[in-house]
Amino acid sequence: MAEAAPSDQHSVGLVTAESEDFPGPFPLASGESLPAYRLVYECYGTLNADRSNALLICHALSGHHHAAGYYDLEDPKPGWWDTAIGPGKAIDTNRFFVVALNNLGGCHGSTGPTSLNPATGRPYGPDFPTVTVPDWVNAQAALANRLGIERWAAVVGGSLGGMQALQWALSYPDRVGATVAIASTPRLSAQNIAFNEIARQAITADPDFREGRYLEAGVVPTAGLRLARMLGHVTYQSDDGLREKFGRAVRTGDLDILQDVQFQVESYLQYQGKSFSRRFDANTYLLMTRALDYFDPARAYGDDLVATFAAMKAKLLLISFTTDWRFPSARSREMALAALRAGREVSYVDVDAAQGHDAFLLPVPRYLEVLGTYLQGLEPSP
Amino acid sequence: MTLRPDLKLIAAMVPEGARVLDLGCGDGALLAWLAEHRGVRGYGIEIDEGQITRCIARGVSVLERDIDEGLSDFPTDGFDVVVMAETLQAVRKPGTVLEHMLRIAPRSIVTFPNFGHWRCRLELASAGRMPIARHLPHAWHDTPNIHLCTFADFEALCAERSLTIYDRKVVNAHYESAWAMNHWPNLFGTIAVYGLSRPGA
Repeated sequence: MAEAAPSDQHSVGLVTAESEDFPGPFPLASGESLPAYRLVYECYGTLNADRSNALLICHALSGHHHAAGYYDLEDPKPGWWDTAIGPGKAIDTNRFFVVALNNLGGCHGSTGPTSLNPATGRPYGPDFPTVTVPDWVNAQAALANRLGIERWAAVVGGSLGGMQALQWALSYPDRVGATVAIASTPRLSAQNIAFNEIARQAITADPDFREGRYLEAGVVPTAGLRLARMLGHVTYQSDDGLREKFGRAVRTGDLDILQDVQFQVESYLQYQGKSFSRRFDANTYLLMTRALDYFDPARAYGDDLVATFAAMKAKLLLISFTTDWRFPSARSREMALAALRAGREVSYVDVDAAQGHDAFLLPVPRYLEVLGTYLQGLEPSP
Repeated sequence: MTLRPDLKLIAAMVPEGARVLDLGCGDGALLAWLAEHRGVRGYGIEIDEGQITRCIARGVSVLERDIDEGLSDFPTDGFDVVVMAETLQAVRKPGTVLEHMLRIAPRSIVTFPNFGHWRCRLELASAGRMPIARHLPHAWHDTPNIHLCTFADFEALCAERSLTIYDRKVVNAHYESAWAMNHWPNLFGTIAVYGLSRPGA
């Protein structure tokens, strides 16, 4: 358990990652199965006596289990959702026992393409099976069982994480009290899939990709990963947000003689791409974007979103951001109305924010107030 | 929890266990009261950020949405009652909204302030200025009320669109009823609660 860092009473403080190993075979939606797998996770807060205050955090494309707190006192950056998770924060660890994990197929410790395939003794690489959002939820349920959590007070996630929160309410209707899906969508648009495909092409076209067996060759397709991340990053921002941050500011060179000009936004994107390519696995990126593309829970309900929400039992909070053009407000509004038609308890908030899709990770005051107020209203037994 | 007097009048017209849509639900007080006392399952539509948070705090289902952007995606007969309290005068197309309300549910309950009240008439006639009163507290240039009307205007609109008025309660600014306003509602009533049903119903 975390000790509070002396500097910040709203931080979960120092945290450590834990892991659980599960025996296989673990059946996947694709028909394949995993022989055995490991999930790494972190916990913040305290599970109450009747285990009714557990809250699951589902991560997005590039996320992982380190959602809040610091690993050591020299750690320069806290977990990826530290703005929302902590004592007295929107996801209040004084009330909730918060669990965050790295999904199956990830590259931060859970079994994924960089893990050794027991059948070959070599890294899975491109042989790692296709995993879907429902597969992730099944693995998360296995972790919940291991932790003795029969029912989540809430399952919370943004973007791809929101899809998992929705899927939880479908796959395990009796095990979820509330579903919170932020900046999410019930399915990707053709434009979304197109962006993902360009990112995948950038990776697979890199000569160092070696048909996915780059680890065995001792290389990394960094150029492809960089490009994929730069493209993704632009789609997570809004035009206004980029303008506010960079405008047409020039970093190097001279616009008057048009020599060696580099705009601020270019160096920013290059930095984002570079740092991402150092810490993320290319096969995981391919796998995660595929999971995004395939997500379409209404397919099993005759493409009827109302019937989809009717199959849930959880109450819902849906949040969108006005400048998010990746998963725009209209998608969340569509889900809210379908949930209403299905008779679900549902609230929907469209937060005015300039930061685009990425707003879900940022300290946008109204967003965090709504999230905190909603979770405050959930009554886990004391 | 005690209910604001105008909401009490509305609540009295909502049947037990009804499915209620509240357009411009404010802080959700009506829906919360109906859920607790009448077993009503309701949804609020609201545009004000602070009010939306208050709805969420009291556990009321609320969707952030501008009524002026339309109600066409709400299901026909999806509800038993649609309520709109003190909001009609602030929407861009009151007639269209009323028609949608009676498409979404067979019954609607509508309240709005009366611009035909004698004080308003006197203010306009004597001072030649737009009236400001307890039930109409805004200056003309800074008011959300873009479609003020009198009870007579409203009833004329209902007649024009063949909407049936099955109930009407007229009260003063303290939400009390009295002899004079029952006889001359358009002169002495400040707020009216109308029960509407579909054409021919």
